[in-house]
Amino acid sequence: MTNTKLDIAAADHDNPDFVIDLAAWDDLESIVQIDSYASGKHKPEFWRDCYDRQANDPNFRFLVAKSGGEVAGFAIGTIKTWEFGAPTCGWVETLLVAPGFRERGIGTRLFDAVLAHFQAHGIRTVRTILNIDEHALMSFFRTQGMSAGPFIELEMQSE
Amino acid sequence: MKLQQATRYSILATLHMASRPNEQIPASELAEIYGVSQHHLAKVLRTLSRARIVESTRGAGGGCSFIGDARKITLYDIIRLFEDDWLTPPNSVEEAPTDVSAELLRVLGEVDRITAATLQSVTLQTIINNAERAARRRRQNQTSLGES
Repeated sequence: MTNTKLDIAAADHDNPDFVIDLAAWDDLESIVQIDSYASGKHKPEFWRDCYDRQANDPNFRFLVAKSGGEVAGFAIGTIKTWEFGAPTCGWVETLLVAPGFRERGIGTRLFDAVLAHFQAHGIRTVRTILNIDEHALMSFFRTQGMSAGPFIELEMQSE
Repeated sequence: MKLQQATRYSILATLHMASRPNEQIPASELAEIYGVSQHHLAKVLRTLSRARIVESTRGAGGGCSFIGDARKITLYDIIRLFEDDWLTPPNSVEEAPTDVSAELLRVLGEVDRITAATLQSVTLQTIINNAERAARRRRQNQTSLGES
């Protein structure tokens, strides 16, 4: 896999308003900004690591949606085997659309592009984990056809 | 999760109307499909109408129609119109008389939180789309079974 033009079906670019491609180094600044706005946390190192991971891990896809050259959203899909004891499946690790670009189908196109990456590897089971209070994002994933899976997350603060 | 009868009918009636937007649906049709009395249904529709989710028109050709945004209205929005006492009260853990009862209430609160988050994330349109998707799959399976 090379970090050139996206080679999957979702790159058909049938919507002239935006294109979906692999994340490029120059996109990182916008990605950091969009994420900071959404999460309230500035974490450029994390996104640089994601960019590096894409170059070294063929199972890892870091995608951006661009409109007029501007980053409108991004998504990460990665294939994992025996994660939490589960056979090979695709994980949607991130999916975020910048506030000014919402309600234009960009999230769905990013999701479809991540799915196309999984399907190209013969994977049909897709999972994600998100904050329980992120109702809009949860609603988005449900709109795509996702529902509760076989896992439940538990946590504690050790004493 | 067990819903009261009125809540269940309100969800079913709203989904029925939302799946046929811009159509006036006779209340008698809804009553017949879901096996509910017209009197009971009228009460449910009044509540939905007050919440600006449906609109009723009287007279010949009259009926009810969905006037909300199916992509925004969630199951939670409808349930809360009819039931507001199914969530564990927020202060109940602090006010519990013993440690074990506090722990029990904390666990029940955990269940409530998951339930509420689920209901808040499921829009009417998601239910309609998923039902259509499931029906399409069933038809495809039947076709492929017929061909084999």
